[in-house]
Amino acid sequence: MIESQWVFVLAILLFLIGLYGVLVKRNLIKIVIGLMIMEYAINLVFALIGYRSEGTSPISFNGAEQNAAAIFVDPLPQALVLTAIVIGLGTTALLVSFAVRIFEKYDTFDVRKIRKLRG
Amino acid sequence: MLTSLILLIVLMIFGAIIALESKDLLSGIISLGIVGFALTIIFLLLHAPDLAIVQIIIETLTLVILIAAVLKTTRKDTSEEFGLQKVLLWGACICFAGVFMWKFLTILNHLPPFGSPELRMSLAYLNGTAQTGAMNLVAAVILDFRAYDTLGEATVLFTSVAGIIAVLRKVGRKT
Amino acid sequence: MRGMTLIVKCITQLMAPSILVLGIYVVFHGHLTPGGGFAGGVLMAGSFVLLILAYGSDKVKSDSFKNRASLLESLGIFLFLFIAIMGFLQGSFFKNVFNEWLPGESGELWSAGIIPLCNIAIGVEVAAALFAIFITLAVLKFGEKL
Repeated sequence: MIESQWVFVLAILLFLIGLYGVLVKRNLIKIVIGLMIMEYAINLVFALIGYRSEGTSPISFNGAEQNAAAIFVDPLPQALVLTAIVIGLGTTALLVSFAVRIFEKYDTFDVRKIRKLRG
Repeated sequence: MLTSLILLIVLMIFGAIIALESKDLLSGIISLGIVGFALTIIFLLLHAPDLAIVQIIIETLTLVILIAAVLKTTRKDTSEEFGLQKVLLWGACICFAGVFMWKFLTILNHLPPFGSPELRMSLAYLNGTAQTGAMNLVAAVILDFRAYDTLGEATVLFTSVAGIIAVLRKVGRKT
Repeated sequence: MRGMTLIVKCITQLMAPSILVLGIYVVFHGHLTPGGGFAGGVLMAGSFVLLILAYGSDKVKSDSFKNRASLLESLGIFLFLFIAIMGFLQGSFFKNVFNEWLPGESGELWSAGIIPLCNIAIGVEVAAALFAIFITLAVLKFGEKL
């Protein structure tokens, strides 16, 4: 494995730490934190895939159409990550509102005690 | 360049471990801020200024929302006791993580090396931006070539706001 | 929630209009410089959140704030859909019609047809949505009529 591929391995390690947080933890807020860590890790992997070593940011200037493929960083993964960041905020806000509502009813954040269907 | 990227990702890993293992919920949330702000610096190093602007402000707003939710309810973490269920969950997590990492290391030799991506779809977009007339290539991609995805994203944001207002309503409830 | 001390209030008075104007600038120049609809929209929402955090939430307890935020958000999405359907005049959904009728020079403020108008619609929508999320989650207390 080339030395520069270690960045991908470390990013996937971050994803697996978030997965541990979702599976093993008991507190609702810790589960939400684990989900957020997984989202950050996947956005990082996408942004790393499109990087070019001698490139610059994808804002074109006059006279750059001839060899546009060799001087710009790939803009397509950046467009995908832009969408993903905003959707991540919507998901997190909805989960936090669920957690607040559950605390109102059951007075605890522990997932082992939230079992009875009330109301 | 590569060393600064690796150091920042190691900082993110430490911040994530502290966020998940702290006994006080408020310290855990503030450690999550380390992960988000380090990601902003990584986006700047990877020549993606659009993403850095969006990431830093959304990270701040998420921290404000989480801190408000924790301060209104409770700050203590739930107690963890060691039982059979915990051992089974740990075992499942380690099994899945092992298989996932092993498969990923096999795939890693087939990915193009870091720093020279293979652009096949992007060549079609880069050659066609002269006909949109925009200078910002990322804006041309999300609003002219793939505008349908942007419509989907606006719909998802709208739906999440409608869901939040519907869950936290008080009108018409008996309790 | 209570407001903050006097120093924070004075600095917020100076900073919040600048942040709002920066957000509007980033939205309008979205096709020339980094930024665009989403970055400018979250910046505009950020300035309103800063004002509420510094001055306390007594002034936003009334119903009209949430209604106005919902109205602006719906208007933003409706404008975006309207621009998309106008593409049918030339042949397909979301076609860049303004670039065919009124093209401008590349690099000027009026260029790239549909892209600045879409940026404005998305900026308004994202700002109103984030403001509504913040008011609902962080300002109102338990047991309050929403």
